[in-house]
Amino acid sequence: MTVARKINALHFGILLFLLICFFTLPAYHVGALSRIMVLAIYAIGLNILFGYTGLLSLGHAMFFAAGMYGLGLSIKFLGVSVVLAFGIGILSAAVLSALVGLLALRTAGVSFMIVTLMFAQTVYLVVLYFGEFTRGDEGFVLQQAERMLAGFDVTTEAGRYFVAFGAFSICLIGFSALVQSSFGKRLVAIRENEERARMLGYDVWRYKLLAVIISGTVSGAAGALYALLFGYVGATFASVQYSILPLLWVLLGGAGTTIGPLIGVAFMFYLIDASSAYTSAYMLIAGLALVVLTMFAPRGIAGILRTKVSPWLP
Amino acid sequence: MEFGPHLMLASLEGAVIASILVLTAMGLSIVFGVMRVVNVAHGEFFMLGAVLAWYVSTALGGHPAIGFAVALIVAPLAVGLVAAVSDQLILKRINYDPDRTIVGTIGMLFIIQQTTLMTFGPEARPVEAPFNQRLALPWFEFSEGGLQMIWPWGLSITSYKLFVIFAALTVLVALWLFLTRTKIGLIMRATQQDSETAKAFGVPVGTVYSCVFGLGAALAALGAVLVVPIQQAHYLMGADPLLMAFTVVIIGGLGSLPGTVIAAFLIGMSDGIISVFFSPTLAQIIATFLVAMILVFRPQGLMGKAET
Repeated sequence: MTVARKINALHFGILLFLLICFFTLPAYHVGALSRIMVLAIYAIGLNILFGYTGLLSLGHAMFFAAGMYGLGLSIKFLGVSVVLAFGIGILSAAVLSALVGLLALRTAGVSFMIVTLMFAQTVYLVVLYFGEFTRGDEGFVLQQAERMLAGFDVTTEAGRYFVAFGAFSICLIGFSALVQSSFGKRLVAIRENEERARMLGYDVWRYKLLAVIISGTVSGAAGALYALLFGYVGATFASVQYSILPLLWVLLGGAGTTIGPLIGVAFMFYLIDASSAYTSAYMLIAGLALVVLTMFAPRGIAGILRTKVSPWLP
Repeated sequence: MEFGPHLMLASLEGAVIASILVLTAMGLSIVFGVMRVVNVAHGEFFMLGAVLAWYVSTALGGHPAIGFAVALIVAPLAVGLVAAVSDQLILKRINYDPDRTIVGTIGMLFIIQQTTLMTFGPEARPVEAPFNQRLALPWFEFSEGGLQMIWPWGLSITSYKLFVIFAALTVLVALWLFLTRTKIGLIMRATQQDSETAKAFGVPVGTVYSCVFGLGAALAALGAVLVVPIQQAHYLMGADPLLMAFTVVIIGGLGSLPGTVIAAFLIGMSDGIISVFFSPTLAQIIATFLVAMILVFRPQGLMGKAET
């Protein structure tokens, strides 16, 4: 089999597996899986920027929140259709990521992390400041009647699962095509050696800006989808914690791999699920995982697979 | 109250905030200056200092001054030790790689915070101030009879808050003497300027790094012990000092200690004054956004050098 065939087989295998899960697993795990798939889209968004372009953003929660509030507020106050609201959510994330990219890309390295962190903190505080509309930390609930996606009821377990599955399939296949395209290869070149990429004549700044916009837009789409499927919009999703979590998922699953985000989210989800039975301080597990990972396995699960078993992993 | 006395009260509150902030930010700035790493767990060392102060003063009982005095020594030492050990255990093993250090210290942040939640609990707990007299302050006013001294109602400060300001100044002077007049200070500065050359001259760079990391955490803890009689100890209290200290270190110029002091004074004072006259959330939004913009358009900060 050629490498491209192997990659396609792997991705279709994963999607097929997820499809089988719906018919075989009990309801609790089906619900968990729809959440995992939506969060995996968020992690894919961060992975484009962090794993493939080598830019570590500590503020991705602002894009997730932009998508979430873009959808939630336009349904609640403008009364538009869900499809249009979904478009507004994605558009607001795209606009925000373009603005943030234009400003933050003037910096690099540690400064880039701190600048993105501070922009995200500004967005979080803005959400709290306009508490009259956003209801701040408390958040607001989208009514069942407002959550019909083109005649498709997403409040049922099956509807929710298939919408999440469809979106995840599109993202995984699009993502895989993106990183194998010449554009994706250029991003990796920038990650590996920015000076050299510039010397070879690539407009590094433009590629980095495009990476920020794509990454932010995908994260925003995940935010909008999360609000739609689970019917809740709240300021917690804009807080620092939701910028750190996707980083944790990507690191755990394997930065710079296509299957890493899904593995990372699923692993972390079930780890926290298991530990929350014993303690309310479940973020302790996240902290330990981060320390252990950065010390012993900075390349994550898929990264280990790539070095040990199958070097062709995309 | 009229505008004049009101402004004076706000400035005094600002001076107290600035005093605590300067200690916390100095800790972060020294760590960045010498080790070239960003310590995201710095706010949790601050929180740990406050929590330890509560444990010490509760365990000792008796007059609040005894517990407070003991906490002032024990908490920074203990926190410094925890930081030095975690440096040896974690940061040293990842070779102080800037990106991996950030991820590693984020992990430490959650470990310290959640361990405190499991042991100390989710309540906010107060520590009694060693002394807390209310001192009324005079205000001068021109009237028909020339300059007059009046005592406006509400214009006062507690003796403890004055003590915080003086304590912070003392620590700052001591720190300056330590860095410029002692052999250990010299070694630290040598490591800051060029760790490779320092190593070639026989400076144990690894040990220096652990000491610096411990010193930075101890300064944060000291600030926390001073603040805990004013603000209660809580397991989530580390987030604000971290962001504020970040702000100060960035505006002062990454790695510039004089810049850090000046920025801490400016930001502490303006925070105190702005939050008296405006909505605190709006003030925070403007401050955070401005700091990000400073970092974007003037990455070297106010006092930093042009190269990174």
